[in-house]
Amino acid sequence: MTRHQEAAADTRMEFRRTAAVDRQAGIGAIARITRMCFRYPWRAGLAMAATVPAVCMQLAIPVILGRAVDQTLAMDRDTPDLHALTLIALTLLVVSILRGVFTLVQNYAAESVGHALAKDLREAIYDKVQRLPFSFHDRTHSGDLITVGMLDLEGVRMYFSTALVRTLLLTLLIGIGAVMLLRTDVVLGLLALSFVPFAAWRSSVMQLTLRRTWLILQEKLGVLSQKMEENLAGIRVVRAFAAQDHEMARFDASSREALEYSHRRIDVRVRSTSAMTLAFFAAMGLVLLYGGRQVAAGEITVGTLATFLTFMTILQMPVRQLGLMVNGYARASTCGSRLFQLMDAPVEIADADGARDLEIIEGTLRLDNVGFAYPGQGARPVVSGISFEARRGETIGILGAPGAGKTSLMQLLPRFYDVTEGAITIDGQDIRDVTLSSVRQAVAIVQQDSFLFTTSIENNIAYASPFADDRRIRGVADSAQLHDYVLGLPQQYSTVVGERGVSLSGGQRQRLSIARTLMAEPAVLIFDDSTAAIDAGTESRIRAALRDHGKGCVTLIVAHRLASLKHADRILFMQDGRIVERGTHAELLALGGRYKALHDLQMNPEPDVLEQEASR
Amino acid sequence: MSPHGQAEPRDPHADGRSRMRAVVGSTRVEEEIFGRVFDGKVVRRLWTFVAPYKGRVRIAVGAVLVFTLSQLLIPLLIRYAIDYGMAPDAPGGLLAGIVAIFALVIAVNYGASLLQERITGQVAENVLFDIRRKMFGHLQHVSLTFMDKTEVGRLMSRLQGDVNSMQEFLETSVQSVGDIALLIGIVAVMLWLDWQLALLVLMVLPILLVVRVLWLARARSAFMAAHEANSVTNGALSEAIHGVRAIQATRREGLNAELYAELTERTYRSQLRASRLAQIMIPIVDTLTGIAMAVVVVAGGLMVVSGRIEVGAMVAFLFYIQRFFDPIRSLTMQYSVMQRAMASGHRLTEVLDVEVDVEDAPDAVALGPHDDASVEFRNVTFGYDPAHAVLKDVSFSVASGERVALVGPTGSGKSSSISLIHRFYDVQDGSVRVGGHDVRDVTQESLGRHIAMVLQEPYLFTGTVMENIRYSSHWASDADVIEAAKAVGAHDFIESMPRGYDTLLDERGSNLSLGQRQLLSFARALAADARILVLDEATANIDSYTELQIQKALQKLLEGRTGLVIAHRLATIRNADRIVVLQQGVKIEEGNHDALMARQGLYSKLFTLNYASFDDIAEDLDDEERKVAT
Repeated sequence: MTRHQEAAADTRMEFRRTAAVDRQAGIGAIARITRMCFRYPWRAGLAMAATVPAVCMQLAIPVILGRAVDQTLAMDRDTPDLHALTLIALTLLVVSILRGVFTLVQNYAAESVGHALAKDLREAIYDKVQRLPFSFHDRTHSGDLITVGMLDLEGVRMYFSTALVRTLLLTLLIGIGAVMLLRTDVVLGLLALSFVPFAAWRSSVMQLTLRRTWLILQEKLGVLSQKMEENLAGIRVVRAFAAQDHEMARFDASSREALEYSHRRIDVRVRSTSAMTLAFFAAMGLVLLYGGRQVAAGEITVGTLATFLTFMTILQMPVRQLGLMVNGYARASTCGSRLFQLMDAPVEIADADGARDLEIIEGTLRLDNVGFAYPGQGARPVVSGISFEARRGETIGILGAPGAGKTSLMQLLPRFYDVTEGAITIDGQDIRDVTLSSVRQAVAIVQQDSFLFTTSIENNIAYASPFADDRRIRGVADSAQLHDYVLGLPQQYSTVVGERGVSLSGGQRQRLSIARTLMAEPAVLIFDDSTAAIDAGTESRIRAALRDHGKGCVTLIVAHRLASLKHADRILFMQDGRIVERGTHAELLALGGRYKALHDLQMNPEPDVLEQEASR
Repeated sequence: MSPHGQAEPRDPHADGRSRMRAVVGSTRVEEEIFGRVFDGKVVRRLWTFVAPYKGRVRIAVGAVLVFTLSQLLIPLLIRYAIDYGMAPDAPGGLLAGIVAIFALVIAVNYGASLLQERITGQVAENVLFDIRRKMFGHLQHVSLTFMDKTEVGRLMSRLQGDVNSMQEFLETSVQSVGDIALLIGIVAVMLWLDWQLALLVLMVLPILLVVRVLWLARARSAFMAAHEANSVTNGALSEAIHGVRAIQATRREGLNAELYAELTERTYRSQLRASRLAQIMIPIVDTLTGIAMAVVVVAGGLMVVSGRIEVGAMVAFLFYIQRFFDPIRSLTMQYSVMQRAMASGHRLTEVLDVEVDVEDAPDAVALGPHDDASVEFRNVTFGYDPAHAVLKDVSFSVASGERVALVGPTGSGKSSSISLIHRFYDVQDGSVRVGGHDVRDVTQESLGRHIAMVLQEPYLFTGTVMENIRYSSHWASDADVIEAAKAVGAHDFIESMPRGYDTLLDERGSNLSLGQRQLLSFARALAADARILVLDEATANIDSYTELQIQKALQKLLEGRTGLVIAHRLATIRNADRIVVLQQGVKIEEGNHDALMARQGLYSKLFTLNYASFDDIAEDLDDEERKVAT
């Protein structure tokens, strides 16, 4: 166990949110996301295509308004040309409606590309996570994977609408708009556009800063919530030590830091937005001053000036959004890189080409000189030179001090990891040569920490065989000494366990996990220290109930309590990854070695015996 | 409640012989998200948190009004510039003068916006942190009965989600003042410029309001559905990540992927629907803007021609039209924000109002070194639910320096007894006395210092080993901490870790074995250096070597202290000066090992069965006794 975790710490995968992603990978990720977006060619095409008329309509509005003003001024007081005016008004109305409709189409099509992409990616991530081997999960924080599957996915989803389509939109809007204005009047045009570079720069800097500080703030808030959560979960410790003041001080320290950052973020945001607004209005003032002089001099019409002014107001929002666009790219590149890192992670344990299902004839398990080292840990093996054979109906007991390699060895049998030396065979077939699914069907394991799913007890028991009928479920529950307990629950087998339901004690969890494993009717049944939290009496009843199950399969039991192993056909005593003693209970007692010493220790735990044992 | 929670179990057999029991993700019981728009009680409570910032809030509201005013002035200035500054006969400096005023106005606008946004943002954040602190602090003192029956997750969502929606509310509230002012301002200026044209243009306003309100109801349910579908799907993913080892062991990968695809499909559809509803407002608003502008062009144009208004006024109208949809949009949004805030606020108030039933008496004294280290139960009756007593008229005492083992089958009231010594709960009858004082007459703080406690499950905090051992014993120096670790035999493994005492522990010390965690919690109790030690021995079976270390540490821990131990191991029990046997809340035997053996009662029966752990047999025996009884 502990070595196992050391290995994990050694090669912990860096999925950290603040970790800078290298440039090359970032650009590659963006290219890849872009390609993926065009997997939905119709929708993507439509979004892009609708952008063009949407922009044109948008730009037409100031021009029409200018025309309206000029028309009004040009009209004769006595015979107003109502017809011309109405025509302009109608055009204005139609253009406005079209602008709305095209914007709707553009936005909806773009978002729908994002949602479709998200759906496909979600399924791919889920599938990948489920198939990646234990070794991958050992060195990856589950929180990091969840982040990839939720936040990074979101960053990638938003890419098409916030980055790609917006780029097209802004390019067209600013580009065409600039040409139009500059062609009308160069100086006035330059004045009207003068706020654009500043606002674009400011908004980009702001968004990138906000993003960076957001990540830091999230980390700080994460620390704060961790402290709160630990405090609440450990409230008895807090009260026992009368440590309320101490806890408040810890809380305040974290809280202050987070608060400081959120104030800093407000500052960044407020400064930038205010500066952008000021720049915009300043440009407007210049247009008013210069344009006004031109109007007074008769160089341009009031309508033209109105066109310039309206155009500026139309451009104001999109320019501020330039920052969002820049941020969209930044986000997609970091989120995408991490997401693809997960998607591209190799699935090291998979079916060999042309692998067939395992065929069980005799049901004989054989380990031949098996050795194993966790990846990324140099050559230090945690298990080595293990050989033994077990036939159907036999029970093998395995014991040894923590870190002796018992669990690691057990994890090799269902092929959660591949052996690095030797071979494991069932009826002569190497488990690496047959399909993974058939191996895991044949080898069932009750793991040390049993994970229960937040669903009903019956669903949990029937997890491996969802079509099982009620009788069978009750049968295995009975064997695992769980049935009576379940009958006492408010909704019996339909009672939901876990976070939102009944919380089970350690022993009940282990019993449920045993029942779940028994459902599989395996050829090899492994109990990996899975009765530690079950009291001795219940355990012996489980053992009695399992006697029938045991006849049809090989049973391997890892335990600390000798009573659990005493009756095994053979007992293997492990130390430092090797088997150092083997035999039946009687043989090992007679041997007078480590097993005997352990036996004495457990039967008569007087301090003086303990002393002797400790000094061995 | 929600039908969206689980992928519908499909029936693979037409005859329904056995249905499939597979689901991925879990049903969520979503909380009420929207409450009443206005809840006086909640608002009053909230105000107590805002009150300390009253001055700043006033400045912010003032700044918002100035900001709004300056925004209203800008189109007006443009109007004056056009109508007077640009006239061919205008005096030379007029235009420059108007632009100078314009410059002044935008400077004010800049300052006001800076002031307003910063103050609002900061006050909202401060209030948010204050509320959270107040709640967290409150939870440190509320009764454990409340904590026992409330999930940590639920409390966390109070401390995070609910607190955050209050922040949103506070921040947008000040902006709403601005929005309302802007709306009123625009209408007023338009009416002032020309009331007839204004009325014509404002006709679109009620239409917009009606459309918006109708839309809101539908859009909200669509957004909620999308949100919920999304969180269910995310929940299923996180389940797959946490349970991956179980999934691979049971070969559920393929089936789960299929079930998950159903969830993603539902999320996809609901998100598209939400997105459609969000986007549909765009052409509606654009159409209404178009209508308003068309009205200005025709009617306004004719008015200009007839000399009723100036052309600048017409331009100003066009500017105002483009402005007045914004405040309406944010005001209708504010409606949802308020509902959400009231629902959250209601839940926050509930937590803040949880009674603190164990409080220091006004004349509580502090236990100090002059008080002895004795513990006494005097006719104690106690039940978490007063109707069901778990301890009935229990009396026993532990003299200073004595070591007493508390034994008994599961449910006999052992753990409840030690909770009472620490005054986690108050007794219903009788009294618990520590150092000769009723625990209700001393301060909880001093009680905590007088007694050190080791819980059954070792509980560690994120932080270094050093911090964990020292915990709240600020007086303990680094040397003291190391001393304590050495005494319980934890020093060696601590030193073998990469950074020794500075090694960071993972969440709850998951990078340590159970035995190691236990030793650390022993060291923590030792570092606290209290005169009374209360210990709930762990029941889990750990390997014999670690067991041995723990036994030795335990002896060390009890040296020179009054000890009260809930004992499971024979070794621990035999080392006690006296043994108190509890059964179903009643003390049935008391005495030292020999005396109890001589009595031939429950204890001797338990003991002669010769198991390594006392609890095992206790449960067995209990069963058998029950069988005999029935």
